[in-house]
Amino acid sequence: MNSILELRNVTMQFGGVVAVNDFSMHIEEGEIVALIGPNGAGKTTAFNCITGVYEPTNGEILYRGHTIAVSHPRGRMRRNYGGAHGDLYTSRRVISPSPDEITRLGIARTFQNIRLFKSMTVYDNVLTAMHLRARQNVFSAVFRISWKEERRMREETERLLKEQDLYQYRDEKATSLPYGKQRRLEIARALATEPELLLLDEPAAGMNPQETRELSAFIKEIKERYSLSVFMIEHHMDLVMDISDRIYVLDFGSPIAEGTPEEIQKNQRVIDAYLGVRDDV
Amino acid sequence: MNREKRNRLIVIWVGVAAVYLAVLICELTLRPTAMLLTVLKKGAIYSLVAVSMNLLNGFTGLFSLGQAGFMLIGAYTYAILTMPSEVKTSQSVYKYYECFITFDTGVFAGLLAAGLIAALFAFLIGWPVLRLKSDYLAIATLGFAEIIRAICQWDVLGPVTNGANLLRSYIDLTRVIIPFTDIPFPPTLFVFIVSGVCILLIVLLINSSYGRAFKAIRDDETAAEAMGINLFRHKELSFVISSFFAGVSGALLAMFQYTVQAQQFKTMMTYEILLIVVIGGIGSISGSCIASFLYITLSEWWLRGLDMGTFLGINAPGIFRSGFRKLVFSLIIMVIVLFFSRGIMGDKELSLTRMRLAFRRASSRLRKEAHS
Amino acid sequence: MAGFFHDNLSYFLSGISVGGQYALIAIGYTMVYGILRLINFAHGDVFMCAGLVMVYFSSSFPFTISIPLVIIATVLLGFFIERVAYRPLRSAPRMSVMISAIGVSYLLQNAALYFTGGLAKVYPSIPFLSDTVVIWDATTKMVTLVTPFLTIALVIVLTLLIKHTKTGMAMRAVSRDFETSQLMGIKINSVISMTFVIGSLLAAVASLLYFTNYASVTPTSGSMPGLKAFVAAVFGGIGSIPGAVIGGFIIGICENIIRGGSSIFNIPGTGWTTFSDAFTFAFLIVILVVKPTGLFGEKAVDKV
Repeated sequence: MNSILELRNVTMQFGGVVAVNDFSMHIEEGEIVALIGPNGAGKTTAFNCITGVYEPTNGEILYRGHTIAVSHPRGRMRRNYGGAHGDLYTSRRVISPSPDEITRLGIARTFQNIRLFKSMTVYDNVLTAMHLRARQNVFSAVFRISWKEERRMREETERLLKEQDLYQYRDEKATSLPYGKQRRLEIARALATEPELLLLDEPAAGMNPQETRELSAFIKEIKERYSLSVFMIEHHMDLVMDISDRIYVLDFGSPIAEGTPEEIQKNQRVIDAYLGVRDDV
Repeated sequence: MNREKRNRLIVIWVGVAAVYLAVLICELTLRPTAMLLTVLKKGAIYSLVAVSMNLLNGFTGLFSLGQAGFMLIGAYTYAILTMPSEVKTSQSVYKYYECFITFDTGVFAGLLAAGLIAALFAFLIGWPVLRLKSDYLAIATLGFAEIIRAICQWDVLGPVTNGANLLRSYIDLTRVIIPFTDIPFPPTLFVFIVSGVCILLIVLLINSSYGRAFKAIRDDETAAEAMGINLFRHKELSFVISSFFAGVSGALLAMFQYTVQAQQFKTMMTYEILLIVVIGGIGSISGSCIASFLYITLSEWWLRGLDMGTFLGINAPGIFRSGFRKLVFSLIIMVIVLFFSRGIMGDKELSLTRMRLAFRRASSRLRKEAHS
Repeated sequence: MAGFFHDNLSYFLSGISVGGQYALIAIGYTMVYGILRLINFAHGDVFMCAGLVMVYFSSSFPFTISIPLVIIATVLLGFFIERVAYRPLRSAPRMSVMISAIGVSYLLQNAALYFTGGLAKVYPSIPFLSDTVVIWDATTKMVTLVTPFLTIALVIVLTLLIKHTKTGMAMRAVSRDFETSQLMGIKINSVISMTFVIGSLLAAVASLLYFTNYASVTPTSGSMPGLKAFVAAVFGGIGSIPGAVIGGFIIGICENIIRGGSSIFNIPGTGWTTFSDAFTFAFLIVILVVKPTGLFGEKAVDKV
């Protein structure tokens, strides 16, 4: 049985800065995995490598056992490469998918700073995300030959909005929703692309404890309902410890620990990374 | 479909039918040279090109300035294809060149080809250009339009384009006949039908799933891409479709003018179309149409006096001389751009409900003022 | 080889000269873009207005007065355009500012059309600059020789100003990060005004040189050089002054080589002049595809 997602030696270097170094991890079917680490540890960069926003400098990413991205340092980067295992993938042909190809595979994401379609209503935001899976072409869409498909998309959207408790806001502008609802809408929109793996970038950012508790139940619920695997970046430790099956910890771009919530809580390196180490010890 | 929506559709179609009927009545009662008819024709042509530009700039968020170039391609394709082959070989138009294309086609094939050739060029040029960021795209498409103009005037291509000389004697508006009969097609109605059908297609596109994808790209490229919308493919689609309709409108312009010359399709023309779109409201189809008719009516008709010496009964040939109209125009446009940047319609569409609301608001304000 | 150069020297000379003029205009584009991220579509028309103003001033003043007056008038024009058309839109979306720039361009061209009546105005021949000289059997105007040296001198002065004065430092800071420099207490409005002043000043100098060569001014004679100068700025890497200068020279030279196509490449035809305009834009598209950041431009990474 293959992991749903696997990263091997993923390294991302910007100029001289190694943002993520030799990060290997895997997510199994049906798991909720969290990625934690202090600010600037390279969590979002790792996310962006998976979602195709960045092409990793080195390393390989597999989805259900198939390579979806592989890269090795090239050009000027070959000399300046500061990460590990620089020669491991040199024989491989570079594959670097664009974000839409990744989404098509079944990996959907949300953003740290909410990125909804500003001019659209709540309803249209979700409906737009259905475009990816619609069985139609331009002609059938313009001449309304695929009106059945359009109707299916609309019904699906309504169902999704009802399930996410957003139906009463359907005709409001997306950006006029309260913050917590915007986050929820972003998740609903991601679900509309029919993902198998959902990547959440700080879903609880800016939420109060009450909302965070609701979110934790919500994530568990959608995971069951849509049979998802979830990979998330989060700073709220209550949330992380509550729902994650496993946790990876990054610090200064490098993985420093991996394990169940209990293991991570006891891990001395993690505690040091978060609290700092006294120099004089 | 719910009842409200159906009622709205009925209102729209009745409105459209009324407009067409009015056009037909005007056509049958007025002299063919009447100013109103000229304005209606040109307004309809500009509506189409403005809407096609709005599809790109307003709905897909691509700041493209190549519209004049695609109109040029459309106009030339149409003129060359529909010019009767006797004319082409008789040296009355192609004085200095041996015409390379010896066949001729009918009006509808010509119009379709005009759109298709423009779309083909858009497809080819879009491949490198659409990967660029917004303002580079503007300058690259502007440059492309200039290249097209230069190439059309290049004498090596003379056997096709007649070099820098003008093209004429093709099927213009007065020579269109109703298919399967020999009754001449009422010219204004013809322009309205072609433009109307094209604009309808654009509206259908915008309200389809693809239109939503375009708007998503306009709102947030990164998010759109994360939702599985292939940026390049959708931008290319929007660009090609917009250029297709710009090509058709170029062909209509050629039909309207009787003669066509590459020289007139300058950057200035693209600027004018862009400014029409801005006046109408970026992201509003009905706004673009209203602004086109307004612009053409003002510049061709109502403000004519500004160029001719007498305006509103004031006779001042020293000030009201050639060019004053455009100067006044550009000042008005600057005022709109700076102070009313949402234009006439903003990003909304014309609708009865909205008109009713606006009317009610205006009347209540009037009443309040009357009270105080 | 020497014979080839000798035969086509006039093309190379005018290439270098026009290149210098493009370079001067391009600096205006590149500086404004560097700071406001705005393609100032009106810059070419400011250049044209400088030409027209010279035509009018020189008919009533001697050159010693009219030349400084032209420079002052152009600087004022550039300053006012920024003040009236761009400053109110400081927080508006970029597309609005670009549309405003196009509106200004449209306005300036139409104003010129109105005041000139659409006729080409004969540019006065400025003594010394308009004198003819013969170099290696090629007859040319003095301006051809003066332009490259004057361009380089002005660029050196400008570079020194930007490197060593307080305003220059502020300019560099603002082009790096608009908001942060505002927080650091830099008066961005005056920095931006200064940028427009410098850009217009150089455009005025360029217009003196350019129109002396071409001898007439029309309302549209600014748009082509303007666009070409912009291409030069993009080629050099927008935001970079040395880049704009090198780009200007390269485009000027290439364009004139193509213009002389029939004799240089021995291909007959008369459309080479129109084709040389097309070349500039084809070149632009190629650069943008191959190296969008230009020669000296910096790559901007979008944060997600």
